[in-house]
Amino acid sequence: MANGHSTAIGGPSSGGLMDSKAAQWVRANFFSSWWNTALSLVLLYIVGKTLIWFLGWGVFNAVWYGPAADCRAAKGIGACWAVFPEKWRFILFATYPYDEQWRPALSCVIFFALYVYSALRVNWNGRLPLVWIVGLLAIAFLMWGGTFGLSFVPQERWGGLVLTLILSTFGIALAFPLAILLALGRRSHMPAIKTLCVVYIELIRGVPLISLLFMASVMFPLFLPEGITIDKLLRAQIAIIGFAGAYLAEVVRGGLQALPKGQYEAADALGLSYWQATRMIILPQALRMVIPPMVNTFIGLFKDTSLVLIIGLLDILNAAKTAVSDPAWRGFGPDVYFGVSLIYFVFCFAMSKYSQQVEHELNRDRHR
Amino acid sequence: MTAAQAAKSTEAPMIQLKKLNKWYGEFHVLKDIDFECRRGQKIVVCGPSGSGKSTMIRCINRLEEHQKGDLIVDGIELTNDLKNIEAIRREVGMVFQHFNLFPHLTVLENLTLAPIWVRKVPKKEAEETAMFFLNRVRIPEQANKYPGQLSGGQQQRVAIARSLCMKPKIMLFDEPTSALDPEMVKEVLDTMVSLAREGMTMICVTHEMGFAKAVADKVVFMDKGEIVEANEPEAFFSNPQNERTKLFLSQILNH
Ligand SMILES: Nc1ncnc2c1ncn2[C@@H]1O[C@H](COP(=O)(O)OP(=O)(O)OP(=O)(O)O)[C@@H](O)[C@H]1O
Ligand SMILES: [Mg+2]
Repeated sequence: MANGHSTAIGGPSSGGLMDSKAAQWVRANFFSSWWNTALSLVLLYIVGKTLIWFLGWGVFNAVWYGPAADCRAAKGIGACWAVFPEKWRFILFATYPYDEQWRPALSCVIFFALYVYSALRVNWNGRLPLVWIVGLLAIAFLMWGGTFGLSFVPQERWGGLVLTLILSTFGIALAFPLAILLALGRRSHMPAIKTLCVVYIELIRGVPLISLLFMASVMFPLFLPEGITIDKLLRAQIAIIGFAGAYLAEVVRGGLQALPKGQYEAADALGLSYWQATRMIILPQALRMVIPPMVNTFIGLFKDTSLVLIIGLLDILNAAKTAVSDPAWRGFGPDVYFGVSLIYFVFCFAMSKYSQQVEHELNRDRHR
Repeated sequence: MTAAQAAKSTEAPMIQLKKLNKWYGEFHVLKDIDFECRRGQKIVVCGPSGSGKSTMIRCINRLEEHQKGDLIVDGIELTNDLKNIEAIRREVGMVFQHFNLFPHLTVLENLTLAPIWVRKVPKKEAEETAMFFLNRVRIPEQANKYPGQLSGGQQQRVAIARSLCMKPKIMLFDEPTSALDPEMVKEVLDTMVSLAREGMTMICVTHEMGFAKAVADKVVFMDKGEIVEANEPEAFFSNPQNERTKLFLSQILNH
């Protein structure tokens, strides 16, 4: 007891009940021994120093608005948030025609609406796929246009946030069923199917996503018959789905393996067919067990969509990078990346929190 | 009783195992098993651990595959044909040592799932049947709970009710009471006894000799993958023929 105060723990003190409780808690958690006390003080110092520096850089000395010259003057002392009022349209929508940018903006809003709608458990019914189809059709119509007075915008000009959302939404939505099929296939008793799935998973998992994207963009067209082209976005999308599917398949397989053998046997003994048992007994339990690693993979996929910059697609990160290649704003990359990171963080954190809630709700039924 | 049995013995047996053999790799688990079970008959199978009791009854609904010999259930020959396997599984109910209820479904859902999807019974009717059998096993008030919220004895009774909801012609029990605390064994055995009294065809792997004496028509003793001895319970317990049976009985009855 380095700080051997005379006020004994639990002894009668002049302070209020709350007061002594808080003090006790602090003492028990931060100052219970001299080693603990030393550690607490060092950490407090580091955290405090960092916070003070950050507030100075990011808030008090930051340039919030104004020309690039102001930023240059404050370089090294304060952050340059002024780049955002100047460049936010390009970062969010990239090269989409300037006057038409309400269209990707509205598309993003539709995406958000779809996420929120699907997140509510009351909506988990037969209408959900229908809502998604309508939503996605609306987005496709908005983005491409070409009818009803909307001008046609080729896919090459799409970019920014909506591109990130497209890649990750379709990525997750399609990698998931692919992963389930691969995982089931890998456990199949039919040698041909099993081999196929094992080879696919090991091959795709053993290669960096960047090289898959590169192959999809450069080599894949060489194999297509003359006259047929698949646009770049679709190729990147396929590469991402295929990659995430292989990863996710192993996660799902973990869940399948963790399920007691008795569950399979009970389903068999009751006469359920393979697909009935899989759909109603096996998957609901297996997937529930692997929600944390599954969400881990989803978050990874969401961030990995930024790798499409390798094949020249302007997702939000690449758009931000391009924005600061403007000579006037050159050198403010870290500031811009910081801002864009916040967007990524919000999405990933939301996914993480939401999955925790779902897990909690699903487990509440069971009291195991 | 004997007259009725004589009448029944003229019809074909419900279950017939002819020179059944099974190997796990090199290990010969079932050796030339000959076994018959007639309609309404209750057969108790006993024997030391590892003698192949579970393996034998699990062959009957194809949870295990036999390699040699014939297995005929209710006139259907068990082959690799998926149709036959499914047909047999519809007629044969099974109760496991560890219950194997579906933990993510309520008791009622556990009971109605297979009737709805396998027998194509309308949901409402399936629920009525489920409640009927829950009443039979005397736990109708637990219908909307999850299996994890029930005691072991209650879970096993739910498992029995789940099998009965499929209206099986034959029930297989694999040590249904050996995972239970002693005070719960009786409630499960009572359920099984009343089922037996109603004329269900039953094959039951168990070491509950009281149950065997009370309801069994025949007791089968297995050891090292063979059927060593089979007899009516009275004779089986009072006058065992084989040395191995004697040894086993002396061990189990001295507990
Ligand atoms: N999947 C398997 N692979 C290899 N050997 C197995 C397998 N299942 C069971 N065996 C072996 O087969 C033998 C018979 O097993 P079985 O489960 O039928 O015995 P049992 O009579 O039911 O015993 P218990 O009273 O312990 O349940 C045992 O020696 C066991 O080790
Ligand atoms: Mg056994």
